[in-house]
Amino acid sequence: MSGPFCHRARWALLAGLLLSACTVEKAPQTAATPDASFAPLKTPLGQVAGMRRLTEAQYRNSIADIFGPDIKVAGRFEPIVRPVHELIATGASASTISPAGLEQFDAMARNIAAQVFAPDRRAQFMPCAPRDAAAPDADCAARTLMPIGRYLFRRPMTQEEIGAFVMMAGKGAGDGQGFYDGMQLAMAAMLVSPQFLYIIESAEPDPAAPGSLRLDNHARAARLSYLLWNTTPNEALLRAADEGKLTDPAQLAAIAQKMVRSPRLEDGVRAFFADMLLFEKFDEMAKDQIVYPRFNPDVASALSEQMLRMIVDQLVTRQGDYRDLFTTRRTFINRALGPLYQAKVSSMQGWVPYEFGEGDDRAGLLGQAGFLALYSHSGRSSPTLRGRAIRELLLCQPVPNPPGNVNFTAVQDVGNKAMPTARIRLNAHNSDPVCAACHKITDPLGLPLERFDGIGAFRRTENAAPIDTAGVFEGTAFQGNVGLGQALAASKSTTECVAGRAFQYATGRMPEDEEATAMALEQGFAADGYRIQALFLRVATMADAYRVSTPPLAKPQVAMMTSPHIREGDRP
Amino acid sequence: MSFTLDRRTALRGMVNGMAVAVGLPLLDIFLDGNGTAMAATGAPMPIRFGTWFWGLGVNPPRWFPSAAGKDYELKVELASIEALKHKVNILGDFTLPLDGKPNLPHISGGIGIRTGMAIDSDRGLPGPSFDVSIGDVIGTRTRFRSIELSATGDPRNSLSGRGNGNLNPAEVSPAALYTRLFGAGFHDPNSATFTPDPAVMARRSVLSGVSEQRQALEARLGAADRQRLDQYFTSLRQLENQLDVQLTKPAPMQACVVPPKVPDLPVNAEIENVMRNHEIMTDLLVMAMACDNVRLFNMNFNNGASSLTRVGSTITHHQLTHEEVLDNRLGYQPEVTFYVDKCMEAWTYFIKAMDAVKEGDRTLLDNSLVFAHSETEFAKFHTIDNIPMMTAGSAGGRIHTGQYITGDGSPVSRVGLTLQQAMGVPVDRWGTGSLETNKIIPGLIV
Repeated sequence: MSGPFCHRARWALLAGLLLSACTVEKAPQTAATPDASFAPLKTPLGQVAGMRRLTEAQYRNSIADIFGPDIKVAGRFEPIVRPVHELIATGASASTISPAGLEQFDAMARNIAAQVFAPDRRAQFMPCAPRDAAAPDADCAARTLMPIGRYLFRRPMTQEEIGAFVMMAGKGAGDGQGFYDGMQLAMAAMLVSPQFLYIIESAEPDPAAPGSLRLDNHARAARLSYLLWNTTPNEALLRAADEGKLTDPAQLAAIAQKMVRSPRLEDGVRAFFADMLLFEKFDEMAKDQIVYPRFNPDVASALSEQMLRMIVDQLVTRQGDYRDLFTTRRTFINRALGPLYQAKVSSMQGWVPYEFGEGDDRAGLLGQAGFLALYSHSGRSSPTLRGRAIRELLLCQPVPNPPGNVNFTAVQDVGNKAMPTARIRLNAHNSDPVCAACHKITDPLGLPLERFDGIGAFRRTENAAPIDTAGVFEGTAFQGNVGLGQALAASKSTTECVAGRAFQYATGRMPEDEEATAMALEQGFAADGYRIQALFLRVATMADAYRVSTPPLAKPQVAMMTSPHIREGDRP
Repeated sequence: MSFTLDRRTALRGMVNGMAVAVGLPLLDIFLDGNGTAMAATGAPMPIRFGTWFWGLGVNPPRWFPSAAGKDYELKVELASIEALKHKVNILGDFTLPLDGKPNLPHISGGIGIRTGMAIDSDRGLPGPSFDVSIGDVIGTRTRFRSIELSATGDPRNSLSGRGNGNLNPAEVSPAALYTRLFGAGFHDPNSATFTPDPAVMARRSVLSGVSEQRQALEARLGAADRQRLDQYFTSLRQLENQLDVQLTKPAPMQACVVPPKVPDLPVNAEIENVMRNHEIMTDLLVMAMACDNVRLFNMNFNNGASSLTRVGSTITHHQLTHEEVLDNRLGYQPEVTFYVDKCMEAWTYFIKAMDAVKEGDRTLLDNSLVFAHSETEFAKFHTIDNIPMMTAGSAGGRIHTGQYITGDGSPVSRVGLTLQQAMGVPVDRWGTGSLETNKIIPGLIV
């Protein structure tokens, strides 16, 4: 029970549990507290109020937390489809798993289970040794699988589940295979079970509102953990759920408060902004090598990380005002980004803090090359794409699609000497009033960023012509990115948007009255000085988020399902 | 022994990207006299179905034949299919009525053709795509229910799925596709020996253990989540099926030869990479069908709002369709047409690769039905009537080929209905709203 184990225990929930000499972030196990990890679930499972598929990051974080970061998760994740103008988090609430997707999850599951029960590792995850490694051992299998299942399913397993997985381990250990082969199979089965791949939010009758439902304790534990830390509930949270603390508003608030103050909030904040700002688009981003010879894979992979570092620094580390994110001069760069920012970073340094000079047009999130490059074409900048992204992602104001039958004869031609800049080309295009209607919404927010080219590098001219960076937003005229950042920071739409998104992210659903929810949250957000911790705490504890809108199911009619002969493939 | 080597050598040429007709010797031990059934079991040769999608349409006057009927005239943009013209049908003049719903550019067209529904807003597939319904008939006994591919990257580039916005993600990397098809779990159907793997047997029984937990979970669900869970268990059933297939001695397949490994290659939308990745993925897919590991596929050459690019070009294929000037002298947009030609070149590669695999007197293409379509007619104006479509192969003699068939303004859902019927789906009415139809295309079905 020496140092290295304690160090591991911070990450690997299971190893920490079994080597309980370490107490980092864990409730101590004493004789007085019956050991929850070896007990089946006492109450029957409630009605399901929501099923949210784990994202790739949540899957990876959960495995790393439960089994340790040295367990490799190798495989491709079926993408969760983002509903237009919504979050992946709301898409996850409607997501299914296709045959190809499950095939991948199955391969990953077997691979993870093989690592966990590998001879050099399994001792950390097992409270017992089998009587005979060549034969099934139901008792040792149960004692090993119960804590694993509790972490993977985010609640104690039911007696039936324990029996089923122990039986699988037994079957897998027969026929020339050994005990550990059976354990691998049983654990792999847990990892492909819908109970793991989906965060299943179960409900219970709400004593405060007879006839309606609320999320139960374990669903609340998962909600808090994935929302705030983007990972599976740890021992302390599961224990709080076992003890029924999370349906008590005061205790829920106290626990959420602690979690919001933890450095692990960074993981939650990163995941939230990666979702809100459509970071999956970075995977598809391609730049033309002839137009932008300086753009290479190292630059590409640094772009999103730079934005996240700026966000985390401003909102979590410094606990700053969300509005200042659009004007801050503090960012981070690494060697790959050096040339883009005309700064020298040695390869030894990794990521280093970097401060733009006063009046530098780079300040704020929108001056970062990641945003500028993502919303550009492969070979040139695009004020329209940038303006649209600002409207839709940061202000939550969807921009209509171009009409299907529009005639783009007033075209953009980069080589045209008579129209050297994007502003001039767009003016020509907008002589058509049909086009002008939408471009009026987007372009005044994108044109101020025109001093940054298609990969976000600074330029003074386009085709040797000076660039006009005048813009206008909500009636205020301004110049350049600095002016744009100030205008966004001053707008209620900006803070309402992020507040509404936080609610959708937490609950996985669009509120019935989107605008009212966002406005109500915004008022609290304002009172909290626009601190992201406070906003996350608010959505993590608001009663509304735990209320279940679906009515209770009638008593389940399972009789028709009980025939053992009916199987999926047999039904019409 | 030397025989095996010869076959491998011959096929390696194909996998390296040359669509050469591979002269495999006819093996009477595998097939009955006329190549329609396997001699060993008397089972009929498998009939495959697949789709081949390309985005942004064509230049209609340069693509559609001038007159309907047999032995149609090949226009310049279809010239590359000449050698296989007699095995290809061209379909034109079908419409996609939207019943007042908006025309979502590059989305309404492809989804309309595949689901028989006009989509309301961009939330993905509103209902099952008809390839999935065909898969329920032909895809349940093979190792893979279906294989989805995208040659331009992006696993979301797929028009196949069971609805509710969900889709079957596409494989984008040739190397990963190789591992999936021919890595661990592949069993050479021509191998003399077969021993069921006890580890696979154990996995099989464990998976049934998971599906037995269905009832307990289902009792706790409302209708919407129950439907999602049904889809999960359908996927699980397919996984069980894969293992069943691995536990059964496969019937010998004459043309099945394990292809050599493919290297890791860049995956992106640059046209030369796309062409190469498409060729490699085509070769692997064709071989997986020759080995009868899969009977259903969806190949997406590019995406609807095509992100294809060329080195040195500042904008994509999609933007070009809007921004390139129509050359009045030529009557088309030359830069855009470069990509149209590339799409048709790739399509030709695809059907030639299928036709190069002999199955008795027939070819793999003859024993298949491939449905190719785009999502717009003419991309510059986003038109969705008269979207270009083709079929290739006769589905083992169930489909007449070599004709230009016009719909005379009837709904495009007739195509989906006809193809489903040809593949044995018990459906006599398909589509919603104005797309609902019970009229098949009589000239297509034998």
